[in-house]
Amino acid sequence: MVKDQEYLNSIASQTIEYSKKLGATDVNVEVIHSISETVNLRNKQLDESNRSDSFAIGITTYINKKKSTISSSNLSKDNIKILTERCIETAKITPDDEFNSLPDKDLMAKNFDSLDLYDEFHVPNNKKIDILKEAEEAASKEAKIINTETDFTENKSNFVLANSNGFINGYKTSNFNISCVAVAKKDSQMERDYDFTSKRHFSDLTNPTNIGKSAAENTVKKLDPKKIKSEKIGIIFDKKISKGILSVLSSAISAGAISRGTSFLKNKIGEEIFSKSLNVIDDPKIKKGLGSKNFDSEGVETNNLKLIENGVLKSYLVDTYYGKKLNLKSNGRSGGTTNLYFENGSMPLETLLKSSKKNLYITETIGHGTNLVTGDYSVGANGFMVENGEFIYPVSEITIAGNFKEIFKNITLANDLEFKYSTNAPTLLVEGMIVAGR
Amino acid sequence: MSNFYKNSDLDNIKAERIVSDTLNNCDDGELYLENSKSESILLDDNKIKNSSYSSDLGYGFRAITGEVVAYSHSNDISKDSVLKSSQNLKDTLKSKKGTYNHEIPKSNKKYYEDLNPIEEKSQNSKIKILNEVNNYIRSKGDMVSQVTASFLGEHKEIEIIRSNSEVLKDVRPLVRFNVSVVLEKNGKKETGVYGIGGRQSYDEYLKNENWKHVCDEAFRIADVNLKSKPAPAGEMKVVLGPGWPAILIHEAIGHGLEGDFNRKKTSAFHNLMGQRVASEGVTIVDDGTLNLRRGSLTIDDEGTPTENTVLIENGILKNFMQDRLNARLMNTKSTGSGRRESYKHVVLPRMRNTMMLSGKYSQDEMIRSVHKGIFAVSFGGGQVDITSGKFVFNCTEAYEINNGKIGSPIKGATLIGDGPSILKEVSMVGNDMKLDPGIGTCGKAGQGVPVGVAQPSILINKMTVGGTQL
Repeated sequence: MVKDQEYLNSIASQTIEYSKKLGATDVNVEVIHSISETVNLRNKQLDESNRSDSFAIGITTYINKKKSTISSSNLSKDNIKILTERCIETAKITPDDEFNSLPDKDLMAKNFDSLDLYDEFHVPNNKKIDILKEAEEAASKEAKIINTETDFTENKSNFVLANSNGFINGYKTSNFNISCVAVAKKDSQMERDYDFTSKRHFSDLTNPTNIGKSAAENTVKKLDPKKIKSEKIGIIFDKKISKGILSVLSSAISAGAISRGTSFLKNKIGEEIFSKSLNVIDDPKIKKGLGSKNFDSEGVETNNLKLIENGVLKSYLVDTYYGKKLNLKSNGRSGGTTNLYFENGSMPLETLLKSSKKNLYITETIGHGTNLVTGDYSVGANGFMVENGEFIYPVSEITIAGNFKEIFKNITLANDLEFKYSTNAPTLLVEGMIVAGR
Repeated sequence: MSNFYKNSDLDNIKAERIVSDTLNNCDDGELYLENSKSESILLDDNKIKNSSYSSDLGYGFRAITGEVVAYSHSNDISKDSVLKSSQNLKDTLKSKKGTYNHEIPKSNKKYYEDLNPIEEKSQNSKIKILNEVNNYIRSKGDMVSQVTASFLGEHKEIEIIRSNSEVLKDVRPLVRFNVSVVLEKNGKKETGVYGIGGRQSYDEYLKNENWKHVCDEAFRIADVNLKSKPAPAGEMKVVLGPGWPAILIHEAIGHGLEGDFNRKKTSAFHNLMGQRVASEGVTIVDDGTLNLRRGSLTIDDEGTPTENTVLIENGILKNFMQDRLNARLMNTKSTGSGRRESYKHVVLPRMRNTMMLSGKYSQDEMIRSVHKGIFAVSFGGGQVDITSGKFVFNCTEAYEINNGKIGSPIKGATLIGDGPSILKEVSMVGNDMKLDPGIGTCGKAGQGVPVGVAQPSILINKMTVGGTQL
């Protein structure tokens, strides 16, 4: 069982008290306990079982405008004392930074809604194995599948965030995750693909047979790929990767990147940076949401934010430090976005696929080819050639490239948004990107 | 040496007894104890932005029988907790009985000193250097719009207890110094990044104002990129510079030669042992024994002394990289490649310092032989799909080659290729092998471990460059 609130609260409170005794003017402490159990199967046999029981404490001490942070996995009283002393000593010799401070008191979270993020249900390992076998049975029904690997992870954690202004709160969360990876072979060529389901509550998980089946189908479809010629072509991003466009947006509008001058979206508030019909929302209060939270990593209240409205950039993601620097109030996004998504599009997927005579449908990108300073983008990719709305053949060993300033303006959304991750986007089409191949 | 049992009701003898009792009927396993400390001091935006310290203590208890691995870890080194883990392992492996018990080979060789880089130098002196770095780069002109510089130091002590009461220990220092510069000119912005590091004290890198070289490189790369034009798109000849571009080898070949993927037959290389996988003249090794290098290890995380493993010799595939589990199941021996990020992670076969050895050509000859292509000098990172063999890596400094001459710099672009065939496209291997500066971290199954790479300049006949110019 994960430790209860009372236990974590008492460690946090004692640490704050001790830090103040040693001369800290402000203190922030986070204490986390998590227990995670994973079972892996390979070709329907148990491959690995892994149990993890871990504590973590993070202490930030301020001496007026000086600051230092320390973290540890050892929660013994002696160790916390030694670390607190070290933290204070380091803070003393660290130069002043006028923007260092705890969040303003009036911004701290006061509403602690139940977001239904915790499911007490425990899945014993033998039950996990049965579930995974079911997924692998389904996957290996496809004749060309030569290897299946699955895992089931159950994670339970509890945390407390406290600061010397009197804030103290936390709550339990849980996560259940089933994934299936399949390998298919034809001649000497192999391909792999996967599917998964991840939920706060066990009973919300997708049926394992469906996961296995779709992992196998995704994989077999990729066999016998072609490398296509370099050309300018419309690119359709599958839902597995379309959400990546929102991740680029969120990195580029973080107050840190804006303040440091390292974002291609600096000074773009109020400007139309996306196609006019697009809205982007970050909603922290979705019940059972994978990214849901009552407050950010500093304890600041998180509210619903419309980041993009009719294509126009409405706000940055602001924490306390960079907020003070930019003269903006924190909007509770220290630690990033919560449940971030494109408001659903209006076009059925079939219509999107037929939007041009020829489109390239991408299911996977590889590499980290995003330059946030310039917006330049170039990554490896694979997927399918689509002609007249039909999938014709698989494509691999190509790259796709462009610049996000243009990509953002050339997006058309399908109407198939679903909430599978914490960041979600429907299938989407980007016109005018460059494919490099043969 | 660390005392892992301080304030604990456990001691060496009790721990050894629990280990023997748990692993008695298993093929393999160990109790792995780890005490690690790390620090990071970051200068950004003209200020010391962050000064942090972390200490982590814990154990990972592993039992293996047949192909099944049971693992349990915790940061509570107490009798109660270790016994609970022991029960957990026994429950998982209850109906299995193992037979294997290969001894760990012994070696007295050490590839780095027992030093603690974090404590060796005062916080003040590190802050002072970071401020000097900031002033030095900013004095290069108004075009400097952002400077970020950091020290990262780590000290990791490990102890491995095996079922015959055998205890193996290692103390591992690791440091890294990084500089990132953003330049702005005529409304255009570009970044340059450079760093150095290894398993020794900071002083080795910072004496005689060595740090200036790191600053100069970061500045130079950003400056080159300011002048860059859009990169070409399509297949062409590629000349790779020596040193860090060897992440091509790491991605294209290295991961595919790790034991686990080959035992499971999911690597594109699994049935190519003894066959030609590269042009003649191409020899690739994975060496854990280089003194003070970032990827070096005295012993791996299972206690096996590391070695210099020949992977490809003159174009022929010779060996995979093995940990004990995969070596046993493939009837071979561990190559000392069993690594884990921390006690929270299971052991996997991993790379250490992966190197292509020198050949006979000069870089000049390579460039002169190219009619139209690119010359790539510096890279960000890479990634591979080991099953299909497709890999990518991202240029951060590259130039076009026209009629045998180096031309304008080009914007960063991703290069993509096919692992099993790319080394057959290597037509010239340079005589200028160089080690990377010591900044690499490799990710696999969510675990990051420090690695090194090295190579001479090489000419690749055909690779796809992911630019925007058709």
